[in-house]
Amino acid sequence: MNLSGFVIRNAFRNRRRLLLSVSSVAASLFLLITLQVALRELTNPINDEGSSLRIIVRSKVSLAQPLPARQMPILERIPGVVAVSPFTFFGGLYKGDEKFTSFAQFAVDPARTLPLISDAKLPRAQYEAWLADRTSCIVGQMTVDRYGLKIGDRMPFTGQLYPCDLDLKIAGIYHGTADDRNVMFHQKYLDELQGNPGMVGTWWVLAASAADVPFVTDRINKAFANSSAEVRAESERAFVLGFVSMWANIKTLIGGISIVVVFALLLVTVSTMSMAIRERFRELAILKALGFRRRELFAFILAESFGLAMGGAVLGAGGAWVLFRSINIQNLTNGLFLMFEVTPQMLGLAFSVAVLLGVLAALAPMWTVARTSVVQGLKTLD
Amino acid sequence: MSDRENIVSIRNLSKIYAQGEIQVTALHDISLAIAAGEFLTLMGPSGSGKSTLLHIIAGVDRPTSGECLVQGVDVTKLNESQLADWRNQNVGFVFQTFNLIPVLTAFENVELPLLLTRLGPAQRRRQVHAALELVGLADRMHHLPKQLSGGQEQRVAIARALVTDPRLVVADEPTGNLDSHSAQEVLGILQSLSRQAGKTVIMVTHDPKAAAFGSRSIHLEKGELTN
Repeated sequence: MNLSGFVIRNAFRNRRRLLLSVSSVAASLFLLITLQVALRELTNPINDEGSSLRIIVRSKVSLAQPLPARQMPILERIPGVVAVSPFTFFGGLYKGDEKFTSFAQFAVDPARTLPLISDAKLPRAQYEAWLADRTSCIVGQMTVDRYGLKIGDRMPFTGQLYPCDLDLKIAGIYHGTADDRNVMFHQKYLDELQGNPGMVGTWWVLAASAADVPFVTDRINKAFANSSAEVRAESERAFVLGFVSMWANIKTLIGGISIVVVFALLLVTVSTMSMAIRERFRELAILKALGFRRRELFAFILAESFGLAMGGAVLGAGGAWVLFRSINIQNLTNGLFLMFEVTPQMLGLAFSVAVLLGVLAALAPMWTVARTSVVQGLKTLD
Repeated sequence: MSDRENIVSIRNLSKIYAQGEIQVTALHDISLAIAAGEFLTLMGPSGSGKSTLLHIIAGVDRPTSGECLVQGVDVTKLNESQLADWRNQNVGFVFQTFNLIPVLTAFENVELPLLLTRLGPAQRRRQVHAALELVGLADRMHHLPKQLSGGQEQRVAIARALVTDPRLVVADEPTGNLDSHSAQEVLGILQSLSRQAGKTVIMVTHDPKAAAFGSRSIHLEKGELTN
């Protein structure tokens, strides 16, 4: 036997309590990781290769305010702009979805869109079929998989924002983008359904390089300043973050819940360690009598507390990592979450919390042991 | 007797406990010498201070005043850490309630004090075997305390007290929780430690029959020696 073996034997002496304590730490750290993953998913837009080059141009008044189609040639002439396409959010309800359709439908100009979705893998023949048929669309692989679609199928959408419905035919299936859910169809088809109003939702602009994005953004804003349709151009990332800001204080909320979780966890661990040491008080006094010094007893307590917390961390944080890698979160959440990725930083946070717990939970028992003499521990005063 | 011949020399030892505003005198001006190899029994009624005296001699309690030399070392002057080392090397403890660690086998319980030494595993194993042989429990070394009888548990506790080969063994009512047969066995072992191994044994007991195993018996009453 050695001293570490002794610590392990002690830790396992009350197996039920150990199991419950480790489980409570594991469950709490699992919850902490889940909250952090959800927060990241909600507040951190997914970036792909092309997103660093893309600019979204919308009405300065409101996102809901359409822009005149006549702006396109002006945009194309701005130095640093490589490609421009209308980018109109249709927001329709797909057949069978009664209240909410989790994938977006965008009206674009297929002839100009390809450079803007350079990440997308779309067979040439399917692209050409899409170009040729203005009632056709291309669909992301995730949506295809979810609804069991194939090329040639029809996708009817009931308009929620626009006073018209769509009846699209699938011409192509793409994959390889950060969000392979969207449906893209012809802006011209949408225009026709509305009687050609000459308006688009937003513009999608591709800059020549990432370094050009701030200059191009500035030039676009200036180009339409003081016009009847002033615009607000911003990088795609900034645009998505603008949506995130509509979640209001979600960061504070999740941060608050996380603090409560950690605090509750601390109380549980401190309570467990205090109970474990209290029931062994006499034994600790015996160890002192046999010649064990305070620092060795402190090490026993700290090792046990630390082991309990780290065991919980391995189960909770490790379990979250394994679980979120193995499940299809898009299907489970109806497409609300895409990645649900446990990052190394989150694992680091969970294990740091566990280390802190291990140390804090050991402090009170250590203090008690330090203050108690052998005689007090033995309680054999005559 | 001179200090050289005595393993324990106590001079004018007093111990006063403060319980709130009340002060309780546990020991009052005790002077005592215990020779090497002696089997001394401390007797007296409850509250007479015999356990307190034993604890001070063993270095687990401190006197309020006076001097307590054990093998020439004044244990009252040692700090906490020095006392711990000193206890490990010089004193073997036997308690009334055995106080074995329930999750460790008999072998591991006996090995426990040796974990603080620099002995290697092989040497530790030899010493543990020897100690368990001495108390007649070599065949039970892999048993947990709950698998042993009270008498066997106490014999394991004696083996634990002896495994570091201390010159002084202190026993606080070691037969208090045992039946008469087991008590006789334990007392016989303590007696042979004194007579054959030359250990100094100090035992607290209420029982005159147990005290008869000792080579000398002293009585305490209200913190003072009465003989």
